[in-house]
Amino acid sequence: MTSGLPSEAMPPLTDWRDAMPSTRHRYSYAFLDEGAKREIRRKMLKAVAIPGCQVDFGSREMPIARGWGTGGLQLTLALIGPDDVLKVIDQGADDSVNAVNIKKFVQRVTDVPLTTDTAAATLIQTRHRIPESPLGPHQLLVFQVPIPEPLRLVEPSERRTRRMHAEADYSRMWLYLYEDIVKFKEITVGARYPVIVNRRYLMDPSPIPRWDVPKLNRGEALFLFCAGREKRIYAIPPHTEVTPLSFEDFAFRVEDFHGRRCERCGARHSFLDEVVDDESGRRTYTCSDTAFCDQRRRENRHGSR
Amino acid sequence: MGYVAVKGGAAAIENAEQFSMIRRAGGASELLKPDQIREQLHFAVDRVMSEGSLYAPELAALAFKQAAGDSLEAAFILRSYRTTLPRLGYGAPMNTDGMRPIRRISAAFKDIPGGQLLGPTPDYTLRLLDFDLKDESPDHTRRMMARLFKDTELVDPLPERFPKVVDMLRREGLLVPRPSAGGKDDRLVDITRQALTFPAPRSAQLQTLARGETGGMLALAYSNMRGYGSVHPVIGELRVGYLPLRYCNHVTGEVETIGDMLVTEAEVISRIGETDGPARFSLGYGLCFGHNETKAIAMAVLDRAVATGEPATPSEDQEFVLTHVDGIESMGFCNHYKLPHYVTFQSELDRLRNIQAGQAKGEEIRS
Repeated sequence: MTSGLPSEAMPPLTDWRDAMPSTRHRYSYAFLDEGAKREIRRKMLKAVAIPGCQVDFGSREMPIARGWGTGGLQLTLALIGPDDVLKVIDQGADDSVNAVNIKKFVQRVTDVPLTTDTAAATLIQTRHRIPESPLGPHQLLVFQVPIPEPLRLVEPSERRTRRMHAEADYSRMWLYLYEDIVKFKEITVGARYPVIVNRRYLMDPSPIPRWDVPKLNRGEALFLFCAGREKRIYAIPPHTEVTPLSFEDFAFRVEDFHGRRCERCGARHSFLDEVVDDESGRRTYTCSDTAFCDQRRRENRHGSR
Repeated sequence: MGYVAVKGGAAAIENAEQFSMIRRAGGASELLKPDQIREQLHFAVDRVMSEGSLYAPELAALAFKQAAGDSLEAAFILRSYRTTLPRLGYGAPMNTDGMRPIRRISAAFKDIPGGQLLGPTPDYTLRLLDFDLKDESPDHTRRMMARLFKDTELVDPLPERFPKVVDMLRREGLLVPRPSAGGKDDRLVDITRQALTFPAPRSAQLQTLARGETGGMLALAYSNMRGYGSVHPVIGELRVGYLPLRYCNHVTGEVETIGDMLVTEAEVISRIGETDGPARFSLGYGLCFGHNETKAIAMAVLDRAVATGEPATPSEDQEFVLTHVDGIESMGFCNHYKLPHYVTFQSELDRLRNIQAGQAKGEEIRS
C-alpha cells in the first residue's frame, strides 16, 4: 500500500475530470475570506499566549466534512502564504487518501509547493502523528483534533468541564487513571493520552500515540491544535513543558515495539504499523511515518552498499 | 353569520390533496421518471428502502417521487405497501464474507487481507458546488465515461470471499464473545409481528435498528461518541456490496439463491471493556439495506451501546434507543399533534381557569 513517493517537490495533483476549473476564480486565496483568517490568527495568538488552554473561535463551514480535519485545515489556510512549503500527513502517511485530499484542496486554492520531506516543509498539517524526524524552530505543526476536551472522558457536559478547567480541578481524570490501574493493572488510554501543559492546563494532544507525547515537551516547533466541529484552538509554544499524567509508582509508558523492526527500512526506533499478510496471516511491521521510512531506504541504498 | 368552526372535512381533504399534487407536478420543468430517481438519486432510494424495510428499488423510487423528496414520507408509503405483502418465510442466514463488495475499508488496520477497496464514495469529494452540473450535457458525460473506461486497466478479478477483519482479532482472543446462535438469546423474534419486550433479544434489537431512521439513529449514536456514552468506535470493517438472498424452497426443501441485494455492513470495535474474563475489545454490528454508511455505523455504535450492563446515558439504555429510532412511528406521532385536540385542550383550559380563579380568591382573602 505504501508507495515510495519521492521526497522532492511533487507534481501538481490533478483531478480526474478537472472538476472545478473555476475554483480559483470563485474563491479567494486560501479559500477563507480575509476577515476569517484574521479572526483565526488572533485566536491562535491567544492560544499561544495561554499554552494548553482551549480558545473558542468561529469555525467556518469547510468543503470537507466535520471531523475530517476542518479545524486543521482552517489553521493551515489562515497561516499559509506563497513562501510556504506544505506537507500533510494522515496517520504518518503522506499518500493516504485523507492527506492527499487535503493537499489537493490547499494546492488548488493557493498553488503552494507540496513536499513529503519533513525537513523541507515549513507548514505541516497532521492527523494523529508527529513526524519521527525532529522539527525545527522555523516549522509549524498543525494538528487536526477530533475531541479537544481531555475531560470528556470523565464528564460529558461542556458546562461542567469549563468549570473544572477554570478551577484546575483535574481530580476526576487522576481518579480515572487510578481506577484503570486498579481494574486492569494498566492504563487503558491508548492514543490521546492526557498531558499537563506549562504546569497549568490539562490538554488533549489529539489522538497521537503515546509514542509521540514526549516530542511535545520543550519542542523547537510551534504546535497548533484545532477542532473545527467543536470550535476550539489551542497551542503549545516552543520550549514549553508538557508532561503526561503519571504516578510516581506507575510511570507513563509509550508503545512497546521491543524486538520488532520495520520490514522496509529496518528501523527499530520508530512507531510501527501492524500488517497482516494475505495468505500466511503472518504479522509484519512497517514505519507509520512513510517519509521517514523512504528516507532511510534511500540512505541504506546510497550508504553502506 | 360569523366565524364557523372547522368542519366538513371531505371537500377540504380533496382540495388539500390536489394542492399537494400541483406543488409537486405543477412546475414548468419536465416530470421526473422513477427510473431517473432510482439511478441518479440512489442514496435517497436506498434510504427509503432501509427505513421502509422493503428491498424494492423501483417502488422506493416511486414512493420518493410521490412524496416529493420527503424521505420519511416515502419510507412511510413503502412500509405501508410492505404490510400488504404475504409473508412467505424467512431468508437463510448468510455469512457476509461472501458478499460481492463494491466498497470495503478498515480504519483499524492499514493493510487487510484482500485489500481495502475505496469504491464509490463522496467522502473525499470537496463539498464545492459543481456549477458544471447545472447544464450537464449527456454527450459530454458519456464521452467522459467512455474515456474513463478506456484508461482503466483490467485488474485481477476480485476474490470469492473477503475474510472478515474482526475475525483476525477474534482468533487472537481480543474480542468479547457475544451470545451466539444456540445461546440463550437465540429466539428469532419478528418485530413486525410481535411487540418488543425488554430486555429485547438481540434479533429484535438488530431488526429494530436496521429499519430505524438514519437521522434519529445518528443523533443518538453521536451523543454516545461525543461524550454521553463510552463506545469510542473504531471501524474494524465497513462493507458495501451485494449479498445473495437465500431462501428455502418449500417444495424441494432446498436452499436456493433467489436474488441479491445491496447492503451496508459495519463492524465497530469498542475500547477495552470490563468483562468477567480478561480485558478485551467489544464489538458493535450494523447492517442495513442499500448504500447508507452513516446509518450502518450509527447502528453498530448503538448495538454496542445498548449492550452496556448499566446504562448511564440515553444511548446506552436499550429501551430508550429501541423505542425511539423508528422514523415512521415517531414521525406519525409528532404529526398527530396537528389533529384537532379541541376536547382535551378544553378540558385542560377548564382546569387552568379554575386554579387561577382559586389562587386569585386566596390572595384576596390573605390581603
